Amino acid sequence: MSRDVELDHVTMRFGDFTAVNDVSLHIKAGEFFSFLGPSGCGKTTILRMISGFMDPTGGAIRIGGQDMRGIGPNKRPTALIFQNLALFPMMSVADNIAFGLEMRGVDKAARRKRAEELLDLIALPGSGDKRIDELSGGQKQRVAIARALAVEPQVMLLDEPLSALDLKLRQHMRAELRAIQRRTGLTFIYITHDQGEALTMSDRVAVMSRGRIEQVGPSASIYDAPETPFVATFVGENNVFRGKVTAAADGLARVETPAGVLLGRNARGMSVGSDALIFVRPERMRLDPADAGDNRVTRPVAHLDFEGSFANLVLSAPEGSPRPILVQLANDGRLGSLQPGAERTVGFAPADGLVLPAGELAKD
Amino acid sequence: MTTRTSASDLILRLYLAIFFIYLLLPLAVMGIATFNTSKFPTVTPWLGTTTQWFGALMADNQMWVGLTNSVIVGIAVILISVPIGVAAAMLLDGVHRRAKSMLYAVMVSPLLTPGVIIGISTLVFWDRLGVKGGLHLSVIGQSSFIIAYVMLMVSARLQRFDRTLEEAALDLGGTHMQVFRRILFPYLKPAVFAGAVLAFFQSFENYNTTLFTRGTDVTLTVYIASKVRTGLTPAVNALALILIAITIAGAIAYEISRRQAAAEAAAAKKRAAEADTMAELKIA
Amino acid sequence: MSELVKRYGLGITTAMVLVTAFWLIVMVVLPALVMVEYSFHTNVPVTKRGGPEDYYTLDNYLSLVRGTDWSTWTFPNDFRVFLRTIWGAALVTLLSLVVCYPVAWYVAKLAKPQRAAMLLLLLVIPFWVNEILRTFAWYIILAYQGPLNAALLGIGILEKPVRWLSGSGGVLIGMVYAFLLFMMFPLINAIETLDMNQVEAAEDLGAPWWQIHRRIVIPHAKPGIAVGCIMVFVLAASSYIVPSLLGSPGTRWFTETIYVWFFEGQNWPRGSAYAFILLGLCVGFIMLMMRIFRVGLADIAK
Repeated sequence: MSRDVELDHVTMRFGDFTAVNDVSLHIKAGEFFSFLGPSGCGKTTILRMISGFMDPTGGAIRIGGQDMRGIGPNKRPTALIFQNLALFPMMSVADNIAFGLEMRGVDKAARRKRAEELLDLIALPGSGDKRIDELSGGQKQRVAIARALAVEPQVMLLDEPLSALDLKLRQHMRAELRAIQRRTGLTFIYITHDQGEALTMSDRVAVMSRGRIEQVGPSASIYDAPETPFVATFVGENNVFRGKVTAAADGLARVETPAGVLLGRNARGMSVGSDALIFVRPERMRLDPADAGDNRVTRPVAHLDFEGSFANLVLSAPEGSPRPILVQLANDGRLGSLQPGAERTVGFAPADGLVLPAGELAKD
Repeated sequence: MTTRTSASDLILRLYLAIFFIYLLLPLAVMGIATFNTSKFPTVTPWLGTTTQWFGALMADNQMWVGLTNSVIVGIAVILISVPIGVAAAMLLDGVHRRAKSMLYAVMVSPLLTPGVIIGISTLVFWDRLGVKGGLHLSVIGQSSFIIAYVMLMVSARLQRFDRTLEEAALDLGGTHMQVFRRILFPYLKPAVFAGAVLAFFQSFENYNTTLFTRGTDVTLTVYIASKVRTGLTPAVNALALILIAITIAGAIAYEISRRQAAAEAAAAKKRAAEADTMAELKIA
Repeated sequence: MSELVKRYGLGITTAMVLVTAFWLIVMVVLPALVMVEYSFHTNVPVTKRGGPEDYYTLDNYLSLVRGTDWSTWTFPNDFRVFLRTIWGAALVTLLSLVVCYPVAWYVAKLAKPQRAAMLLLLLVIPFWVNEILRTFAWYIILAYQGPLNAALLGIGILEKPVRWLSGSGGVLIGMVYAFLLFMMFPLINAIETLDMNQVEAAEDLGAPWWQIHRRIVIPHAKPGIAVGCIMVFVLAASSYIVPSLLGSPGTRWFTETIYVWFFEGQNWPRGSAYAFILLGLCVGFIMLMMRIFRVGLADIAK
């Protein structure tokens, strides 16, 4: 039923602008795969190339091993769910769902039957005769999914379909989408700039920046083991210290930064003398650390953002860094002692610091 | 509003009253003159009230010929100008900036060209090709600028078209022709319909272009003009009265249907809002 | 182009391009070019076309002004008609602007929404009535034994009836009446978009009402004024029915001259040349207005 999608050195140029730059990927059948990146990173272009609205200027896209070049969107085994859903306002709900079947010349009774089955699937039984503008946001969402499922595609493409919904509905729909994907066993390719969406739903995530893929992997590895400074700063919060590697041994690297000499995991095997960035997650930072060794920085408190069960402590930026230091603290009932202006020492265990080659950071 | 002195306010109101009398009284006089027994259409002196001129109009064979010709020409103009107007609007929508403003300038130029000149150029051009004046030439001449009206109306609606609908239909397996038939055309339909009505109306009341292209054929406007110059009786007023009545009825019908559509849209919006609230309650 | 094919498919795109090209080339551009070409020909019977008597000449254009004597201020007949048409159309344009402005201001800004909607409807109805019928209405009113003379005699303003239909007055009144709504609607549209806070601010600063109009409303309404003037001038200059119904031989219009050359003089080249001159006059006026008021073609087509 479902098929693999391969991107083989895919490049897309618009005049001088390179929207997608030499992207290679193998998306497996039945996988929930997300492209995550800021707007303009090329993820929508990739989706439009897979769905057939444009052909790449270089490289090839294969679905189930077949090269898709020159095959229009109406001939591909894909179904796209648009960002604005693109439901047909002049047709009833049932006619929307059965539209693809109508295009294929399926007779009216069969279309009606299939539409009702799908309405049951999306938990909207008996809504076939409603008009589109009578539906709520979440219902429209589900009708759009049903409409795409009706043509029995081998690959579902989703272009930020949840972005128009409010927070609560969005979270609800995430679970629903994931459930539909599991039930149908289809390949889902999902585009989003919302890391929460990508990380919770996907089997694998590709993080993109400036037309290139920065990293591909399961959600946990994207968060816990970012491979580039961009991924480290785009996915989740991260403290950054800039410096030079002065020693490297036993999988650890010592980095000399204006804030002091810091030790962290040398995941990319960097050698002495190279420019490096060292990243530490706010939740791995400790206040008055016992196990941090030399990994200590003392700075005045800028402010404390109280969130209830935890609080974000913000220390003013260390020398040579534009970013303040973030520390996530569990609410132990003693947060009141952290007054702005007071100097405090924070630190982290070497295993919680990640040393990566210097490179581009995500914008805040 | 503004703080006007009552004197200038009074002057403005008086002016408005005079203006609307100037605007509407002549039409009223023309209508009322229909019912005067005077052989020359007038309201002074009033020689007696009659409805005989309607009868005279109905018995006028020339009028029926003119009317029939006008309707034939109007329908032919619709058949030519609506498809071309839609195609032109679609083409204009699809081309890029520089070409677009060029194309646009050429397309609207017939609207700024005097009708007599359109008539003359059509006459001269087709004469070269051996085609003489007649209703067929009036159809071509009128269409050459009426297409531009249709194009503008369709364009205005096309600009608000959500192109992802087309893409969605294509993605669901529709051929380009199917997508046009099922998505774009139904969307454009109101503008196409309005364009067709406007085209008929423009054709029906056209005089300047028709005058030069008609050959020896007579349309209703040509009939009226010739009647006014020779053989004027209140039968012409009767015709005017009927045409005005149809116009007003049409305007009112249009206004009512527009308001109904607006009310319908508002009701749907309300139902959608209700559905949203219901959905929220369910999740919570 | 490739984008069009991608969007509509090859079949629809080809049909679209062909159909539009047919309109613009066969129905718009070529007829105009042929008319212009024709205007440089001598007037010969069909049988002699292409023969020695059929050659290119400027004579059709020159004949308009031939015989003009500026020192004695005498003009040949056709040229006099042409000048009268320019003057008359300009006057009609100016009159329409003056007549419409207060009404447009009231409807767009002063009237309450419901009343404004009512007035708009009252404006729209005569707008949809055929130009011939609107002219015909004035023909009745201005007739020698018509209601205007009867009313004026009745009140005692006139001692004997006036022949309105033999002077220029009837033509001007009829034209203002026939075309004034083409001034009204652009004006209303333009004034409607004015932010009344500007007016109130000016009032607050002590500006008298005429200064408010001169400095704030009229500058804002410029595009509307330009569009209205263009519409009315072109319609008036190229009107045939109004002068032919409400005028007399002494008040002939240039369109009537063209008609006469075509169908009574059987001189199509001359008629074509005059038509081209009329077109030039209208295009010139449009360009002048676009220049003065700095508006584009897209504003006009609205």
